[in-house]
Amino acid sequence: MNFYILTKITDWLIMAKITLKKLSHSYLTKQNNDSDWALRGVDIDWKDGGAYALLGPSGCGKTTLLNIISGLLKPTKGEVLFDDKDVTVLNPVERDIAQIFQFPVIYDTMTVYDNLAFPLKNRGLSETEIDSKVKEIGEMLELTSTLNNKASGLTADGKQKISLGRGLVRSDVNVIMFDEPLTVIDPHLKWVLRSKLKELHQKINRTMIYVTHDQIEALTFADQVVVMHEGQIVQTGTPVELFEKPKHTFVGHFIGSPGMNILPCEIKNGQINFEGKILPTNTSLKKSNFNKTQVGIRPEFVNFSKDGIAVKVKRVSDTGRHKVIDTECGSGSIKILATSSTQIPSGSAHITFDQKYTYAYGDNWIIE
Amino acid sequence: MSLELKNVEKKVGIETHIHSTNLKLEKNTINILLGSTLAGKTTLMQIMAGLDKPTSGEIWFNGENVTGKEVQKRNCSMVYQQFINYPNFTVFENIASPLKITGIKTDEIKKRVGKVAELLKLSAMLEKKPDELSGGQQQRTALARALVKDSDLILLDEPLANLDFKLREELREELPKLFEDRDCIVVYATTEPLDALMIGGNTATLLEGNVIQYGKTLDVYSKPENLTSAKVFSDPPMNIAEIIKTGDTFKLADNNVQWKSNVQIKDGKYKIGIRPHNITTYKEGNNSVEINGKVLISELSGSESLIHFTNGNLNWVSLSNGIQQKNIGEDTKLHMNVNEFLYFDQNNRLVNHG
Amino acid sequence: MNKTFNQKAWLFVIPVFVLVAFNAAVPLMTVVNYSFQETFGSNVFAWEGTRWFKEILHSERFHASLGRQVIFTFIILLIQLPLGIGIALTMPKKGWGVPVCLILMSMPLLIPWNVVGAMWNIFALPDIGFLGNSLNTLGFDYNFTQQSGDAWFTTILMDVWHWTSLVVLLSYAGLNSIQPAYYQAAEIDGASRWDVFRYIELPKMKKVLTLAILLRFMDSFMIYTEPFVLTGGGPGNATNFLSLDLVKMALGQFDLGPAAAMSLIYFLIVLLICWVFYSIMMKDEARS
Repeated sequence: MNFYILTKITDWLIMAKITLKKLSHSYLTKQNNDSDWALRGVDIDWKDGGAYALLGPSGCGKTTLLNIISGLLKPTKGEVLFDDKDVTVLNPVERDIAQIFQFPVIYDTMTVYDNLAFPLKNRGLSETEIDSKVKEIGEMLELTSTLNNKASGLTADGKQKISLGRGLVRSDVNVIMFDEPLTVIDPHLKWVLRSKLKELHQKINRTMIYVTHDQIEALTFADQVVVMHEGQIVQTGTPVELFEKPKHTFVGHFIGSPGMNILPCEIKNGQINFEGKILPTNTSLKKSNFNKTQVGIRPEFVNFSKDGIAVKVKRVSDTGRHKVIDTECGSGSIKILATSSTQIPSGSAHITFDQKYTYAYGDNWIIE
Repeated sequence: MSLELKNVEKKVGIETHIHSTNLKLEKNTINILLGSTLAGKTTLMQIMAGLDKPTSGEIWFNGENVTGKEVQKRNCSMVYQQFINYPNFTVFENIASPLKITGIKTDEIKKRVGKVAELLKLSAMLEKKPDELSGGQQQRTALARALVKDSDLILLDEPLANLDFKLREELREELPKLFEDRDCIVVYATTEPLDALMIGGNTATLLEGNVIQYGKTLDVYSKPENLTSAKVFSDPPMNIAEIIKTGDTFKLADNNVQWKSNVQIKDGKYKIGIRPHNITTYKEGNNSVEINGKVLISELSGSESLIHFTNGNLNWVSLSNGIQQKNIGEDTKLHMNVNEFLYFDQNNRLVNHG
Repeated sequence: MNKTFNQKAWLFVIPVFVLVAFNAAVPLMTVVNYSFQETFGSNVFAWEGTRWFKEILHSERFHASLGRQVIFTFIILLIQLPLGIGIALTMPKKGWGVPVCLILMSMPLLIPWNVVGAMWNIFALPDIGFLGNSLNTLGFDYNFTQQSGDAWFTTILMDVWHWTSLVVLLSYAGLNSIQPAYYQAAEIDGASRWDVFRYIELPKMKKVLTLAILLRFMDSFMIYTEPFVLTGGGPGNATNFLSLDLVKMALGQFDLGPAAAMSLIYFLIVLLICWVFYSIMMKDEARS
């Protein structure tokens, strides 16, 4: 009984602070320019027990970063620290991590029970300990009824749960990494597994890192999202921060469905000049010597009004819960997201931007 | 120009992959086949193209019976989920390949390829090979190859499924514009209801080899003929419960939630379908009813909150605008918009709505 | 899939039909014809019914050569499969080593079979052959032309040298198709090298290995050229495998009737084993 309590306490204590210092990686032996690097100067400081997401398009370096954190890849430059201990040269087993891949990785010839027990067997735990752990995780993942079945007979989401289970069953796991784990799951089950992962994180409180290109997966799962683009971190923040105040036009474009409207504008006397009108904004625009200045506003924060910027309404799509309106003005196209009940004018109309969420961007970075 | 399927059935051994289907697709329409992975979308499209023969039934194109006619003789093109391009050809040669077979002059080929490449933003990539392109560009090449033929029938089998989230959005937006000036019939298969709603056109909901409903997309969405069609056309999944009507009062069968409505149906037992965005943390609409729930988990995207909750043996999902952080096990009050309720009888047929 | 038919494709097949008919179908029918009759040459035939079949099936000689053949095939499979898999496991998956290894492995397969037999004949000669001489110098009493044990040893060694590469190449192809994520997951699980082999590599190579077993079984069960050139079936009857015995009967003794019957029995045995393999492979396909 004491031993049991002890393991529960150590479970709670063993978490990891993850620090990445100036991490750079290239798959080529010689690098001539920026594009030869998969990762460029990545710095990260993560606390224990959080849920983090690495979000970005294909080729942005997120899987490379994940593999460096897990130890499957040794970085060309930089350091990886777990709890201030340098683990850069340690392999995955020595780092006490678990990784779930894009497609289910299971041992076909074993039963579900044996699959879950396998990592524990290799670490020398006793039969009774293994049994209790496997049954506990089996119940958490709703696999109890299939424990004695052959693993190869399960559906894709069942198999992914086994992959996940093999990570959860080890109490020495510091970090659980997910590399686009819902890729092969049926769309209607994706949703179930997604909320299950979130539930799991809240229950067991271990650091989880989730890599994806799907913003909905990233934003619903993580407390902190790291947005990556071409090997660099563009912005880190909570889903709300990334949504309400994107620091880079890429973040504005990438997050939100549809993404932020980004249009060319002029900055004169600390004010945004767009389509012949001055747009009120809450940010003070001190600097103004940029090659490219743009104004950004999310479709959710554009409203129809009696006067304002003149636009032509091109297309209205009704998605049931809201309407997506494509409009066109002199400087480009502006998308608007409105509730289903909003009256949409046809032909010509006028729009205004919500002052609180209107931002100016100089050379793609926010002007504050 | 029209494509008509008359009593088309497809059996493989003892399994029926497509049950007797009747469908008429008109010229200049985008028709979406919406259903889950094994619903029969691909099989149906292969029969339409002529890559497969139905076990029974006929296919009529432009008033002519084309059942059994080989796909090479039918004027159609197809785009797949995996980006299918000739790996040894450049983008230009890939797009030109269907034209070369028909023996058109080189000048004409160049002109047509150039036009389609511009439409799909590939003009700068014409001399590259497919493996030098990104996923999105490879799929655009496949699309260009399908469009350059000026076929009467263009079939797209989940063309965006292998693309990144953002790329999918972009390409989905461009698709209707691509087909605007063409006199053709477009058939688009997908598992995502959002694709159907954003593209518009007509939608056919499929389940297990059956076409459940076909009509204008918004009609199929807001007036599903039966519970199955409603379920297929919902993402996140629809919330369903048993209800009892007495007079003008409606009550959930298993707990005390009740509301009044003027919906004209007989008294008795029914089923109700509520889409998640009609259950919110704030009041919406002029007729709403409250429901208490215990929070299972709340998922927050940047601008919306998905709250999973339980009430008795109901396990439901609500979708609200804005960020509403709720803890697991918290008791919460939610509002349901009665005007958006869908009522189904005991045979799962829609009897009324709102 | 019920594709629309293209009848013109059949025209491409006609030349093959003619060739196969000439080289296989007609001779096979001739053999069947001979197996039911007695002939003294010059096209004189006497109907014997199933006499030859009964004689063969009861003959000691047939049992002996069949027995030798079965033992030979069994030993061959026992050695070549683990050895082939083992070599494939050590071959590199990336880099310049890959083409070098692949070419080295392919080379024994490209040598004409009678040349293989002749090579090993000279190689194993007890007085002037490198192998024979070395073994005798080391103190072994080695003479494959006179001692049956040595003849078996040499024949098996020759076959292993000649054909293991086939198993290697097939296993290598199977191993290469395993996605790296499996190895990574095993690394994370703390699995030993043996565990990785037993739980990941072997199950994933199942299809390829079934093919390898089938091919090696068939080829070794029908082996003729190499042992014929190497030992001629000797010393005495020591390495007189089924096909060697068959040819002796047909061409040496000119007993065409019994030889034909034996050919057919031989053919049916091979066909039976192939059918067993086919059923196993089909059952696996259906299950997966």
